Parts: sequence; C-alpha cells; structure tokens
Amino acid sequence: MGATAAGLLQLLLLVALLAVTSPLLAGWLHAVATSRRHLAVERVVYRLGGIDPDREQGWRQYLLAVLGFSLAGVLLLYLLLRVQGVLPLSLGRPGFEPSGAFNTAISFVTNTNWQWYSGDSAMGHLAQMAGLTVQNFVSAATGIAVAFALVRGLARAESTRLGSFWVDLVRITGRVLLPLSLLVAVLLVLGGVIQNLDGPRAVETLTGGTQSVPGGPVASQEAIKQLGTNGGGFFNANSAHPFENPDAGTNLLATWAMLVIPFAMPLVFGRMVGQRRQGFAVLAVMALLWLLSVLAVVAAEVTGRGAAPELAGAAMEGKEVRLGVWASAVFAASTTGTSTGAVNAMHDSYTAAGGGVALLNMMLGEVSPGGVGSGLYSMLLIAVLTVFLSGLMVGRTPEYLGKKIGGGEITLVALVLLVMPATLLAGAALSVSLPTGRESLAGEGPHALTQMLYAWASASNNNGSAFASLSAGTPFLAVGQGLAMLVGRFVPMLLVLALAGRLAAQRTVPAGSGTIPTHGPVFVSLMAFVVVVVAGLTFFPSLALGPIAEALQ
Amino acid sequence: MTTSTRHPTQPVAADPARTAVAGPSTADLVRAAVPASFRRLDPRHLLRQPVIFVVWVGSVLSTVLAALDPSLFSVSLVVWLWLTVLFANLAEAVAEGRGQAQAASLRATRTTTGARRLSGDGTETAVPSSELRPGDLVVVEAGQTIPGDGDVVEGVASVDESAITGESAPVIRESGGDRSAVTGGTTVLSDRIVVRISSAPGESVLDRMIALVEGADRRRTPNEVALTVLLSALTIIFLMAVLTLQPFAVFSGATQPVLVLVALLVCLIPTTIGALLSAIGIAGMDRLVRRNVLALSGRAVEAAGDVGVLLLDKTGTITYGNRRATDLHPAPGVRPAELAEAARLASLADETPEGRSVVDLVAGRHPAGAPAGSGDPTGTPVPFTAETRMSGVDLGPRQIRKGAASTCAAWVAEHGGEVPAAVTAAVDEVAARGGTPLVVAERDGGGTPARCLGVVELTDVVKEGIRERFEALRAMGIRTVMITGDNPRTARHIAEAAGVDDFLAEARPEDKVALIVAEQRRGALVAMAGDGTNDAPALARADVGVAMNTGTSAAKEAGNMVDLDSDPTKLIEIVEIGKQLLMTRGALTTFSVANDVAKYFALVPAMFAVALPQLGVLDVLRLGSPESAILSAVVFNALVIVALVPLALRGVRYRPAPASSLLRRNALVYGVGGLVAPFVGIKLVDLVVSLLPGM
Repeated sequence: MGATAAGLLQLLLLVALLAVTSPLLAGWLHAVATSRRHLAVERVVYRLGGIDPDREQGWRQYLLAVLGFSLAGVLLLYLLLRVQGVLPLSLGRPGFEPSGAFNTAISFVTNTNWQWYSGDSAMGHLAQMAGLTVQNFVSAATGIAVAFALVRGLARAESTRLGSFWVDLVRITGRVLLPLSLLVAVLLVLGGVIQNLDGPRAVETLTGGTQSVPGGPVASQEAIKQLGTNGGGFFNANSAHPFENPDAGTNLLATWAMLVIPFAMPLVFGRMVGQRRQGFAVLAVMALLWLLSVLAVVAAEVTGRGAAPELAGAAMEGKEVRLGVWASAVFAASTTGTSTGAVNAMHDSYTAAGGGVALLNMMLGEVSPGGVGSGLYSMLLIAVLTVFLSGLMVGRTPEYLGKKIGGGEITLVALVLLVMPATLLAGAALSVSLPTGRESLAGEGPHALTQMLYAWASASNNNGSAFASLSAGTPFLAVGQGLAMLVGRFVPMLLVLALAGRLAAQRTVPAGSGTIPTHGPVFVSLMAFVVVVVAGLTFFPSLALGPIAEALQ
Repeated sequence: MTTSTRHPTQPVAADPARTAVAGPSTADLVRAAVPASFRRLDPRHLLRQPVIFVVWVGSVLSTVLAALDPSLFSVSLVVWLWLTVLFANLAEAVAEGRGQAQAASLRATRTTTGARRLSGDGTETAVPSSELRPGDLVVVEAGQTIPGDGDVVEGVASVDESAITGESAPVIRESGGDRSAVTGGTTVLSDRIVVRISSAPGESVLDRMIALVEGADRRRTPNEVALTVLLSALTIIFLMAVLTLQPFAVFSGATQPVLVLVALLVCLIPTTIGALLSAIGIAGMDRLVRRNVLALSGRAVEAAGDVGVLLLDKTGTITYGNRRATDLHPAPGVRPAELAEAARLASLADETPEGRSVVDLVAGRHPAGAPAGSGDPTGTPVPFTAETRMSGVDLGPRQIRKGAASTCAAWVAEHGGEVPAAVTAAVDEVAARGGTPLVVAERDGGGTPARCLGVVELTDVVKEGIRERFEALRAMGIRTVMITGDNPRTARHIAEAAGVDDFLAEARPEDKVALIVAEQRRGALVAMAGDGTNDAPALARADVGVAMNTGTSAAKEAGNMVDLDSDPTKLIEIVEIGKQLLMTRGALTTFSVANDVAKYFALVPAMFAVALPQLGVLDVLRLGSPESAILSAVVFNALVIVALVPLALRGVRYRPAPASSLLRRNALVYGVGGLVAPFVGIKLVDLVVSLLPGM
C-alpha cells in the first residue's frame, strides 16, 4: 500500500471512529451534566469538602469556585515542583527553580501543558503522578464545567443559577475522565506503551555501547494527556517517543483520544438546549475547520519542496518513519486544533506552510474543535457574534436560542475577542524586541519570527506545543509565558461565566420565521467565515512576515 | 373598542409623496454640509465615534511627520487621511441637514400667535400663545391659528392641518369622542371652538417634531451602542496588529515609516461603517418623519423592527370602516315597516356613519317608515358606550334599543321579554356571512315585556391588498392580531377574509392590555395603533404604540409614536423602516470588514517589497508601485465612504421575506460584494495615482 492510500485510510478510520464514539460520549456527558442523582462515593467527597451538592451557584459563585480551585492547584503544584528533590520517587532529581516552577504550575493548571523542561531528566515520578497527572484531570474537568455553565445559561430562562462547579468537577472527573482514561490506558499498554515505576535503566547495546532506557507510569499519564487535551508528555519527545506512542495503532488511538471529547461537546450542548440540530451546527463548523487544517498540513508536508523532501518523497525531517507523513500531519493539525499540544513529530521541522497552518490553527482561537470545554465555549461566543452580525443583516435585534444579544452580551464577547490577540501579539513583539527575548532564538529571519509567534500563540491559547529550537527556559519567557497562559485561560472564563449569568437571567423568546435559523448551512458557513476572517485580519501581517515569507522564499 | 367608525377611508399604501415639507435638493444639502464637516473636526465632537477619532489622531500624527519630511507621497497621504475624517463628518452633516431644512420650515409655523384665553367667569383675555399653560381654555374662531396643542371641549370646526401633515383637505375637529385633539399651529377654517390646552409652551407636538428632525436630542439606541462596542473592539484589535507589526518588521529587517503604519491602520479599522453609523440612524428617523410619523425616541424605531405581534383594529385598518346597513330581518310577527321605523328612530341621534347608513337604508327601502319632514317625535337619545354596547332612544315611556345581539338579548330578557328563535337564527346567519347583526328591540313603559323586533345587517368590506400585506408580514415573522368589538363569528369571518393570524372579538379596553401583556410574557414585542382615550393603557403598554394624530391627547401621551396622517395601516411601514435601519447597519458593517481582505493584499506586499521581495506574490492586483499601492488603498477607503452615503441615507433595499432568505441575500451582496469591490476599486484608483510623477 502506498503512503497516500495508507494515510487516507487512517484518516477515514479516524473519522469513522469519531463519528461513532462522539455521539455516544455526548449522551454520557449529557447525563452527567443533568443527572440529579449522586453516587455514594461522590457523597463522601462532598461531605469531606463540606459541599451541599444540591445547592446551585450563581455565576459569581461559580467563577469564584473555578478561580479558587485553580489558584489552589497552582500553589500546590508549585510547592510540589520546588521540593520534589526531598520527596520519594524523585529519581534523585532536584526541585525546580522559582521561575520554572511558576511556569510549569500555571502551564498544567491552565490545561496548556507547555514544557520548558525535558520530562526525561527533570521530573520525578511523584511530581508526574501527584502533580501533573492530577492537574491533567482537573484542569480538563474545569474547562468542561465552564462550558456546561455557559450552556445552562443558554438553556435556562429567568434563572440566576448555573449549576454547581464542585458537582460538575467531581462528576466529570469521576464519571467520565477516570473511566475513559482507564480504558485508553489499558489499550495503550496493550499497544506497547510502558507502565511501571522504574527509573532509567542502563543497557548494553548490540554494538557494545550503553544506553539509558527510561521507565515510568507512562500509559496512565498518556491517556489523560490526550483525552483532556493536555499534551504534556512524560518524555521530552512527547508522542514521538516510542514508549509513549509505539506504532500506527497507538497513534490512531492517541489522535482519537484528543478529538473525541471536543467533538462530543457540541452534541452535549444540543441535547442540553433541547435542540440537537443546534449542536450539529456547531459540530459542523468545528469539523469543517478541523478537516481543512488537516488537509492543508497534509498537502504542505506531502508536497514540501527542497532537496531533502524530494529525495525522501515528502518532508520527512523531524517525523517518525514508523508513523509517516500523513499520521504526523493529521496529529499536528489535531493537536493545534484541540489545544492539546502533544506532538508526534517536530513542528519546528515542518515545511513553512505546514508549520504556518499549525500556527494559524491556534490563532483561530482553538475552535477547530478546541480544547475540552474551552472549544465549545469559544465556539459559542463565535455563534453569538455571528448571530449579532446576521441579525443586523435581516433587520432584527439578534437572538441566539431565544436569548436577545444586546449591548451587554456583545461587550463580553468583544472583550474575549481581545484577550488572545493582545497577549499573543504583545508577548511576541516584546520578545523579538528585547535582547532577553531574542537570546532564546537560535537564528533570525522569517523562521525565527515564526518560532516566537508560535511560542506565544501556544501559551496564549493554552495549547502547549512548541517549535523545538526555541529555548523557553529563560526567566523572561518562563514568567512572561506563564502570565500569558493565566490570562489566556482565566480572563475568557471570567467573561464566559458573566455571559452565562446574563443569558440565564433572560427570558427565552420563542422562535418565529423572523428568527434567523442558527442550524442551517448558511449560518454554519457564516460562523466559519467569522472565525477565519477575525483571525485572518488580526494575524495576517505577522503571518506574512513569518511563515508566509518563509514559504515563499 | 366601539363598533362605531372612526377612521376616514385611507388607501392601504400611504403615498410617500405626501410629505410634510418638501426637501431641499441633494446638491444644496451637500453645499450646506461642507462648512459643518470642517467644524466637526473638533476632537470633542469625534469622541462619540471612536473609529473616526482614531483616524483623526492618525491624521494629526501624519501631518506632523509629513511636515518634518515632506514629499509628494507623504503630503498626498496626509490630505487623504484628513479627507477620510471630513467625509465621515460630511455624511453626518448631510443626514442632519435634511432634518434641519424640515425643522426650519416647521419653525416658521411656530411663530407666537395671539390667544384668547377664557377665564372662569367667561370673559376673554388676549395673551400671547407662549403664556398658555396646560388646562387653560382658549377660544378659536374661523381664520385664527390654534395657539397650542389641546382638546376641543366645546363646538365643532373644520381645521386646516396642512402645516403639520402636508394634507390640504380640511379635517373636522369636535368636542367629545375621539376626534377632539387639535395641534398648535393649525388653522380653524370655519366655526368657533373652545380648546383646553394640554401642553406647556415648548413641549407641543410641533416642538417635539422640530427637536426630532434636527437630531437635537438624539441618543444612541441600544443596538447602536452594541454595534459601537463591537466596532471599538475591532479597532483595538487592528490597533494591536499594527502596533506590534513594527517590532516584527524591525526583526525582519523591514522597518516601516510611521506614516505607512498609520495608513495601514486607517485602512483596516472599520471606517466605512464608523463614518456612516450616525448618518444611518438620523436618516432612519428622517424616513419616518417623511412618512409623517413622529417617533418620540430612536429606541421605539428600533423596537419597531423587532416587533413580533401587530395588534390592528379591524375598523379602518383591515376593513374600510364605513360599515353600512344592507338589510333588515324582521322577527316573526313584526312588519318590515315596523322594524324599519324602530331602527330609524334608534339611529336618528347616532351620528356615526353606521347610524346614518341605517337611516339611509330605511329611507331608500321603506319610505313609508320614514315620515317626511318634522314628523319625528323628539326623544332622549341614549348614546353608545363601550360598556353597554347599545344605543337607542327614549320616547317618553317607549324605549328603543339597538345593539350587539348578546347585549340586546340581555336587555330584552331583563325586561321580561324573550328573543324568538328566528331572530337568533338570523343573527347567526348574518354573522356567518361576515356581516354585523344589530338587534333592535323596544318596550313601552306600560309593563308589557320588551319585544324583539328584528335584525339590522351591517356589512363590512375588507380593504383591497390588505391580505397580501399580512402575508408579507407573516413572511417577516410577524403575527397579526385583529381587534374588534364584533362577536366571535363575525370576527372569524373577517379574520379569514383578511388573512390575519388571530383575532380578539368583543374586545374591551382591558382585554387589549391583557393580550399585550400575554404576548410580551411570551417574549414578543407588540406594536399597536390607537386613538381613543380607552386605547391609552394599551398604547402605553405596547412596545411600539402609534397614536393617531386625530386621537385624544391621552392616546398621544401614552404612545411612543404619533402618526400625523392618522392612518393605522402605517404601522406596517413603521415596522419596515425599523428593520431597514438595522439592516443598513448590518450590511455596511459586513461590507466594511470584508473590504479589509483586499486592502491587506494591496498593502502588505507594498510595505515589504524591499526587504521581503518574495511577498510580491501576494500583490495579486499588480499595483503600480509600493507608494502608489498604499496611497490607492487610503484613497479608496475615503472614497467608499462618499460612495455609500446615498445608501446610508436611503437604507438598503428591504423586501419582506423570511430571515433565512434575507440573510442569504445580504450576506452575498454585502459580504461577497465587500470582498470583491475593493479589489476593483483599488486597482482603478491605482491606475490614476500611478500617473502622478514620482509614484
């Protein structure tokens, strides 16, 4: 079988798997979001936490719970990383420096999982398991919870309540992420991913040299790393490492795992608002953008120009031969589209066009299909904006799902629109202007600019992937990017919850023939158009100087 | 709601040519607006328009830079940046100018007139109209100008209201009833009336109209505020994109002149819609005024575009209103002439067209029942009220009553009589035909039971073309509800004939309010027209309440719009104007943002032509030179404002259609059009600009 046929077949298999599993998972998530029953074990957790699970929160209380919980997470993780040297299972590795610990703590709590360090040599098993893996679960659950809150705001009428963050957190973690991770971890182990508590082992190779073979609880972390769109690898090489991602089978599983929840979320939304076709419309926009970016990266990598790609038949630099171009390209488009940030190939080595699409995918604001939870709430904001514009075009104060979109709602959406470009552009501009920022760059010219843009796009969008040749460990970048991750995660969450509160308080207007249908192909295309135009207009100049200039060289 | 006729016959479509004041020509308007555009360069004025304010700041900065290092390129760029601000000001000034021209001619009629104030003892004092206060009584006689807004409390007169409505045919104003309101500045043509002044000087309809068309107290409407927020956010995003471009450019070895960055910023921010936004709002109000509708707030105009339910009175709106008596159906054992005579007697005092039509019918058909000349016995007329829903006459002990079947039957039963089955059947038959049955009954004082004499059949004619209008409204997603005092069967027949979605029969004023509240609770915005005092609570409650100018002061106070032509069908046009206002904003926003794509393709390759020549691939337009490309984009950006002023003033074409097809059409025209137009426009400008030496 040729590479193209194999690649196409893998892609089709992935789409088929997603088409079957996402609706099933959506039913499950819907039950979790709306069920009134508490499991016995959950009651124990609530009693321990002093929480009344039947008391719902207003948007301010919900926000305070999200922020308080996340702040506690940052502090605990920071502490754990600082003192890991004196803790068991540290493999003799020392604690992190303050700026590095700050960056990593924020990185995992914000679901970014940007890693300035190399997991193989810097992180002990305890910090991996009790610190990073725990945050892999709860940061993903936090994102889904906020999405639930926004959907409840749309579904409810004349209500001040958005649900209970604590109940959402406990249920999403316990009823969805844990069982699903267990399943995926077992499948990964069956596929050859390692799972033990060993340290590095020195082995003698056939040629007589010695090699250090690492060990560790990889499969358990790998499962939630993908499912929770986290992306922080156990090893520095991430999913390109043979112990994290041995072959095409595990690669397919890993790609499926990062896409399944983001693609299920719009269907959960459709069920929760009682109009499934609304969910399908949002899903259609996400799927359209995802498919376009997949095809663009594949096309760029397969047709990559230059001496080496032409010899190899495709741009193979930085890619694993066992996975091939197609699987790498699909993974790259999916990981940047879902805010996962895991990599199975070095994005730095992609063709200028391929790397540029990965960068643009993040600049879209992580909506193709976006991170768990964050993808849905970001896309719903796009829907609100699209409704506002199209409402004006048909001469009617716009409504989305019966909620009037007025000045207050648009102000909140507009503020969210500002956050990501602000941190991305300001961060990258400062970094290429200041000597302390420039020293992280190995070269200059368009590719170096792309590296810096990519790093800030990754942090601002809570993605976590990087162009490898950037040295991200400097205090300037560690602290600056830490701040960008914080702002990029929690400012939109704040505004989204405020919007949810406003929407919930409104009464629901019945739809008539004067209401713009928000489920048809016209609206779906308009939404996709708004996503692309907003990002395109914001970032075209910087993209022109970076990847576009490099690609046209 | 009375069953009497109130509204004069009106054509369904109002004649747009019948405007209050003839507008000045466009050339005059533009000439008058030029000085105003310069005055508006004051930054304090521009702060209201954030997008244009940014252009102003950029222009000031560029002027300084060009002064330090003048060249043909920099000076031309600065000139066109300033022209961008001026064109934005011009758009606003032209829109306001149209209103001011109307205001000036309205003001001419507002000259202080003398008034004859009546004091409590009946003596008259001559006072200037500016000293009149609400509650004052004034006498106005033929040839005199009515000194202020008020209600006729005594007498009847024909009044020339052309100063306000532009309609030269005189109208009748009389005390009592719903045609009592008079407007200051109009002239009494015949007779003498006493008017109770209802508004203080400076607050009359005329004053409000002047303030409105001048845009003096123009406040931003909620939707305009929301759009301004979005445009500001876009401006900030582009500001960030341009500000951070310089560090990236420096890093790429392609440092940009600040002047070029200003040009890029001005081209990207949504200047087109930013410049035209207030002109669109002013022009929307102006379109209403031109149709002789006064909106008391811009908010009401916007709400009109959003209306989900229209409450329309049957009479005068859906039907021609002059319901005529067309047949008589005597009860068993009653001679036709007997019924005819009783019906005539009961209607003699009834001055409504219906009452007169009964008299006419009897005179035509049963001349025997209508004794000529002075033979009529004089009696005490019993007037119609909304509560009793009966009228008639008392002739000594003999009482004759005429009214709706149910109330008349109740009256008969109350006085010991009963309604024969044949009469009930006749009532049902008439109602089923869509006619209005009026039952006539009588009793003599002598203790005999009341007797039912028979049924008068009134026929109502549905206006031509009204069905199509309701279909159009339905396509727009608006439900129409017909309000009528008729019984449910009659109402149903007319509702079906007219094609309304729903009807409210035997409606009393409080039923209307209840209906409005119920619709609003469902989340719909409700519009209605009304004129009577009993309409006031409903007008106040409705989201869009259009009071008829002929109506009572109470109705006019309660509504948020006044129709000077007193044509209730105009509600439909008001809704269309509201929608058109929003659509114009949406279309121009889409157009403005879509334009940016082409501007990027013109500007980015030009800016980096030297340092990154490979970006020349993006120069799909093959523009003359980098300088010419940048200047052409700025020139196009400024000219497009001027080119779209007529569209902003006129409003985008509106045709009633479901939202989905409107959306598809406008997205195509203004979205795709906005993508393509600047490619063509910039190329054309560039062909001219590149002829300049040194470009």
